[in-house]
Amino acid sequence: MKPAPFDYAVAGDLAEAARQLAEGSAKPVAGNQSLGPMMNLRLARPAQLIDITALAPLRAVEETAAFVRLGAAITHAEIEDGEVPDPTGGWLRSAAANIAYRAVRNRGTLGGSLCHADPAADWAFVMTGLGATAVIAGPEGERRLPLEDFITGPFKTALHDGEILIAVEVPRPGTGARWGYWKFAPQVGEFAKASATVLNDATRGIQRCAIGALGRRPLILDAPGSLIDGSRTPAEALRSALPDRPAETLALHLAALTRALETARAEESPSA
Amino acid sequence: MTRAPADSPEKATSTKGVGARLARREDDRYLRGRGRFIADIRLPGMLDMAFVRSPYAHARLRSVTKPPSGGEWVFTAADLEDVSGIRADSGLPGFRSSLQPILATDKVRHVGEPLAVCLAETRAAAEDLAELVDADFEELPAVHDMMRARDAETPLLHEHWDENVFLETAVDIGFEDAAAGAAVVVKRELRTARQCMAPIEGRGVVAVWDRSLELLTIHSATQMPHIVRTGLAGCLGLDHGQVRVVAPDVGGGFGYKGILLAEEVCAGWLAMKLDRPVRWIEDRREHLTGGANCREHAYTITAYAAADGELLAVDCEAIVDSGAYSSYPFSACLESAQVASILPGPYRMKGYRCRTWSVATNKPPILPFRGVARTGVCFAIELIIDAVARDLKMAPEAIRQRNLVTPEEMPFSNITKKDFDSGDYPEALRRAVEAIDVPGFRERQQRAQTGRKRLGVGLSIFCEQGAHGTSVYHGWGIPMVPGFEQATARLTPDGGLELRVGVQSHGQSLETTLAQIAYEETGIDPAKVKLVHGDTAYTPYSTGTWGSRCIVMAGGAVAAASAVLAQRIRNIAAHLMQAAPDSVVLSDGMARAGTSAVSIEEVARTWYLKPQLLPDDVDPRGLEATEGYKTVKDTGTFSYACHAVTVSVDLDLGHIELLDYVIVEDAGTMINPMVVDGQVLGGAAQGIGTALYEEMPFDSAGQPLASTLADYHLPVAADIPPIRILHMETPSPLSRFGQKGIGESGAIGPPAAIANAVNDALAALGVEVTEVPLTPERVLRAIHGAGMRETQP
Repeated sequence: MKPAPFDYAVAGDLAEAARQLAEGSAKPVAGNQSLGPMMNLRLARPAQLIDITALAPLRAVEETAAFVRLGAAITHAEIEDGEVPDPTGGWLRSAAANIAYRAVRNRGTLGGSLCHADPAADWAFVMTGLGATAVIAGPEGERRLPLEDFITGPFKTALHDGEILIAVEVPRPGTGARWGYWKFAPQVGEFAKASATVLNDATRGIQRCAIGALGRRPLILDAPGSLIDGSRTPAEALRSALPDRPAETLALHLAALTRALETARAEESPSA
Repeated sequence: MTRAPADSPEKATSTKGVGARLARREDDRYLRGRGRFIADIRLPGMLDMAFVRSPYAHARLRSVTKPPSGGEWVFTAADLEDVSGIRADSGLPGFRSSLQPILATDKVRHVGEPLAVCLAETRAAAEDLAELVDADFEELPAVHDMMRARDAETPLLHEHWDENVFLETAVDIGFEDAAAGAAVVVKRELRTARQCMAPIEGRGVVAVWDRSLELLTIHSATQMPHIVRTGLAGCLGLDHGQVRVVAPDVGGGFGYKGILLAEEVCAGWLAMKLDRPVRWIEDRREHLTGGANCREHAYTITAYAAADGELLAVDCEAIVDSGAYSSYPFSACLESAQVASILPGPYRMKGYRCRTWSVATNKPPILPFRGVARTGVCFAIELIIDAVARDLKMAPEAIRQRNLVTPEEMPFSNITKKDFDSGDYPEALRRAVEAIDVPGFRERQQRAQTGRKRLGVGLSIFCEQGAHGTSVYHGWGIPMVPGFEQATARLTPDGGLELRVGVQSHGQSLETTLAQIAYEETGIDPAKVKLVHGDTAYTPYSTGTWGSRCIVMAGGAVAAASAVLAQRIRNIAAHLMQAAPDSVVLSDGMARAGTSAVSIEEVARTWYLKPQLLPDDVDPRGLEATEGYKTVKDTGTFSYACHAVTVSVDLDLGHIELLDYVIVEDAGTMINPMVVDGQVLGGAAQGIGTALYEEMPFDSAGQPLASTLADYHLPVAADIPPIRILHMETPSPLSRFGQKGIGESGAIGPPAAIANAVNDALAALGVEVTEVPLTPERVLRAIHGAGMRETQP
């Protein structure tokens, strides 16, 4: 379990990183919590790692009236510990605290997790559920993509060669917004077997139900309002969204959605 | 964790000897990171080994081709001249013998089997070289399902055999007659999954050849250095005198580190061939996919009971998936041979029939893991007992009280002639039921009966035979039969004590507990006792640390040697004090006679450095004694325990939460109650792993599906509830201080108790689980009544 030989370079700035990445079979690396194990198993064999952990835009935080922009190399632990602002009044912090275990959170990054795009990973369904936006830098300049378009499939993203995810913009929920987050991992540190979020933001007129851990990109359910107001059951919603899946394989996801809905309804302290 | 207030008598007379909660001698070194484990050993010129391993479960190996560049650092079976494979034959009739090659020759029989070994300055470079080795295979159908291994159309692993069975056994003790009168007959099919032991440190070896001494030194992460030496000398064709095995600090063994590995033999051969130190440090993927396999049992068990719950007879067919080869020294059949003899456990019954098959499959060899077959048989008998209770609408505790051996029957010979030495099983059960508050819990359970989280309580009660000797292991047919134990006690010139034992301490706390035993005999402070262990050059021959034998056998030997040494100290002290030897008492480092006193240090200095002060007729054997020990009877000490657990089962998730856990444990006389607690807790954590998480599934091609710790789920700290240990202390009449072996106990009870609790929680739904681990998928399948699928998703 030792990686195949590889070179390692620390990028001085974004332009240099882009140049290095364009040169061939190099891969960007930040927290190395997913890529590292895959390299040790020789399942990933990049010729070069470009360390982008310390790049200024990836460490930056910007606050506006509408959103907080979090640099991609901000760690789960920094979010958990409140070292960066949480526009949701605590939803991000508690989601971060529930990622893997502390040793992983100390090094693992927000952007790294999203770019790895493991279907069971936490930020994928949380950020999709919050309607966050990916900020991408590339040879053609910056572009923005809604999270649901950024992750395109299991371990797949919309990043082109030479592009780097530099930040995530998390919108500020409106007054009185309610949030339901629920994840089932039987053991601490394990990937989720089922996960779901529910956002009910009446002020902004946004309702959203997202399901993770489906072995694909997070699923955004149609007609979330009918789920939130109870006029449609979670079972109906899941069956119609995933008609090819046998009912018993949906049992855990059904439980996740049901409990996320319950949490959103029960939440007594909505975000400011 | 709390301790019971009653029946846990601290030895008021001793703060350091038998019964004292003495802090562990080992802790300072380990907690400060100063242990020296196998991977800490660095020698000049040392090369790292990496193995090329079979990607197929079953295939003919047509050729192995070395790379054009670096090929001189690659070795295959063709290079291993004069090296024998590993053979471990059971003495039981009908055993089919297998030969495990050191490196594969014409055939591979499990994924991960080594084909070639590569050497380089670093492990990474050795792995780079291993990637360049080319092997040509003709894949064969894999035998992946133990239930079908015996079918006529299943291919043979060992082609000179007539079926894929290492050994078949059958026992029938008055079964038909006893079963005939049964009012209820309850039958179940029960299974335990294949597991890996997963000690925190894997296997590893550093081999060094000294050409001037003609001595091969094998530093090995082993729990049985003398047995490794015997096995290794045999495979390499060396005299025992040419092989020294040294176990440094070892990070957990659990049985896996008792096994002679092909990798160790390979390392020994390479060190001699190259005249350079070589090392192999097992990585976790090798451990999970190619090395450590254990526990996979399938039972078809039928209980015959009277209407009042009296157990009349048990009928069982058990299949053990023994994997591809018979491993040294425990053989492929220790598990199944034990199943047949220990299944009845502490229950009275009139009739018993059991057939077992140790089947061969294309998986790594099955190896004994803490508890060995006991975890499986406890699961089988305790689940069937609960099933009978449900059938008869009896409480689980009531049916057990009806059938458990009573203290009045002790010593008790059960239906398979297991000789129980002592104990009060009904009392252990009663205390567990009381501590977990079954009556109060039943009320809570009733209130939860309509919710999505159901509550259940489960029990298991079992015995752990430990320190059993010649007659028992001879009967189980394994190639290594233990009988006795020796120890050396040596007073050093400064009044310190050296103890030399052939067992090896790798978590058992023997550096502490054996020092406590020596203190009991010599009065020498445990802080001045040095335990020399884990080195064949310095210690008496021993089968090693396994079978919950050390505290009884090595403890007995240390007591015997210390007693002889103490008498010699008294004799010299008597001379120095001009007192009668009989009047000398040793305590707190002093020899006292009446008002006179001389320090043991002075006695030592006199013997070693000032013999002019000794009389002419001095005993020239001096202050060093090697003594041996056998128990009064070699049938073993029987410690026992009752586990009681309450659970909550989430009907939507199949998730099981452990709410409360009580263990009533009787270890006989406790040498150090804190160490007993540690053994019980650590074992229970592993047992919870067996119950809820750990599983090494294989697909139909024989590919192991949990090749990393991301897929092989071990229990973590957050999964272990607070466990309350209540001690009983019934001395064994067979051992030196009444102590009993308990090293494996904790790992035996949890799967049965937890599965029984889950079945109690789901009984109202008519749902029963029959397999561990109780993953959410398994529990949901049971709840949804879906058909059982072969492998886990």
